[in-house]
Amino acid sequence: MQSGNDMVRNTRLIARLDIKGKNLIKSICMEGLRVVGSPIDFAHKYYMAGIDELIFMDCVASLYGRNHLSDLIKVSTKNIFIPITVGGGIRSVEDAVDILRAGADKVAINTAAVNNPALIEKLAKKFGSQSVVLSVEAKKISNNHWEVYTNGGREKTGLNVVDWVNQAVSMGVGEVLVTSIDKEGTRKGFDVDLMREVTKNTKVPVIASGGMGSSADLIDLIHGSNTDAVAVADILHYEREEINMIRESAIKAGINLMCHD
Amino acid sequence: MIKPEITVIDYGVGNLRSVQMAFEHIGASVKVTSNPDDILKASKLVLPGVGAFRNAMNALNDLSLIQSIKLAVKNDIPLLGICLGMQLLFEESEEFGLTKGLGLLTGKVVPIPDQSTDGNSLKVPHIGWSKVDTHCQNKINQGLGNGASLYFVHSYMASLIDDTNLIASSNYGGHVIPAIVSYKSIYGCQFHPEKSGRSGLMILKRFCEL
Repeated sequence: MQSGNDMVRNTRLIARLDIKGKNLIKSICMEGLRVVGSPIDFAHKYYMAGIDELIFMDCVASLYGRNHLSDLIKVSTKNIFIPITVGGGIRSVEDAVDILRAGADKVAINTAAVNNPALIEKLAKKFGSQSVVLSVEAKKISNNHWEVYTNGGREKTGLNVVDWVNQAVSMGVGEVLVTSIDKEGTRKGFDVDLMREVTKNTKVPVIASGGMGSSADLIDLIHGSNTDAVAVADILHYEREEINMIRESAIKAGINLMCHD
Repeated sequence: MIKPEITVIDYGVGNLRSVQMAFEHIGASVKVTSNPDDILKASKLVLPGVGAFRNAMNALNDLSLIQSIKLAVKNDIPLLGICLGMQLLFEESEEFGLTKGLGLLTGKVVPIPDQSTDGNSLKVPHIGWSKVDTHCQNKINQGLGNGASLYFVHSYMASLIDDTNLIASSNYGGHVIPAIVSYKSIYGCQFHPEKSGRSGLMILKRFCEL
């Protein structure tokens, strides 16, 4: 079910906002953080421009064992009315309650899920699978082999990405966000091979993140894999392309990236 | 114009803040409550909900809210169920074993099939923006374009409902998923209007205007 069907399935366009402290930041291969601006301003701008969803990711939270983004979410949800996923430093059911009560719709877990897979089941049972996103940081080891990293791309886990995704889905995650450490921030295109492998047998929606240089990269990704949603960051932060332009290019290429409005 | 007053039923599950923020954004004043008396005094009721059907019914029961919701509906107080809140309006659900619902609308809640009608595998939960097709005009969807997209997140859907109650549906893998239902003063949205951008806010506005 690849090309051919691309107009039938809806593809979502998601703006990913990586946060450090009070700032929206951007990194390259998850290192070398640069400050971009205020996350609330950027989030609102993308909402007004018709983005489908937002992801807020506190990329250093798990490293410092620090929580999280609930204040930012509380302010954002006063005038943003689209789905919001929040990740970074969520280690317990209580952490997730804070985030969801602040107005987020889904929590994304990575490090805590690897360290304590039972957390996935607990969260899915309490909030439903639809609220639990597995965030995976994937690094290519060899052809068709990617390893799971945690703590913002800093620590190896020895886990195989495809196996880990399957395990997490069977434990109850309702969606998977895959970030390619190799491609992140490079503007050299998505890791299409990675996404093809991950989406081959996955029964839940999969979001690809990392590497979008231009609309052409998104088109290659959707034609070449069964990816359900695309998370983009610096292409929007640095205004290389506008949301409407990305949609138009994708639609011309036969991809249903229609604006919801 | 008088500020519309919306009473949001808090039974301990789900994301009440988003619903509250959305109503406030369109100029309503919002009261969040788990008190049965507040429900009887409400001018408009919203039953939100994210999570599992049985937990939700148990919570409503533990808080003694079921009778007051039914009584409010009997008194023609407009009630809007959102997502799981809409599913609760029906007679029963198959989620984690058969569970009785509020029984305000005919129909039952069943899992979304994991196969499309043409035999391809279908991802469940159904997550994302889906177009809705209008079946009939109603106050609640007035001004909503046929084919507007709204944001859905669910693993279960209403089924065997009374066709005359179906206002709009979405097509997922060939399956007709009831998206907006209505009967008398009862309304339900399977999608999240509070997360569906401008189209969603418009539906909430229409509810305020009832």
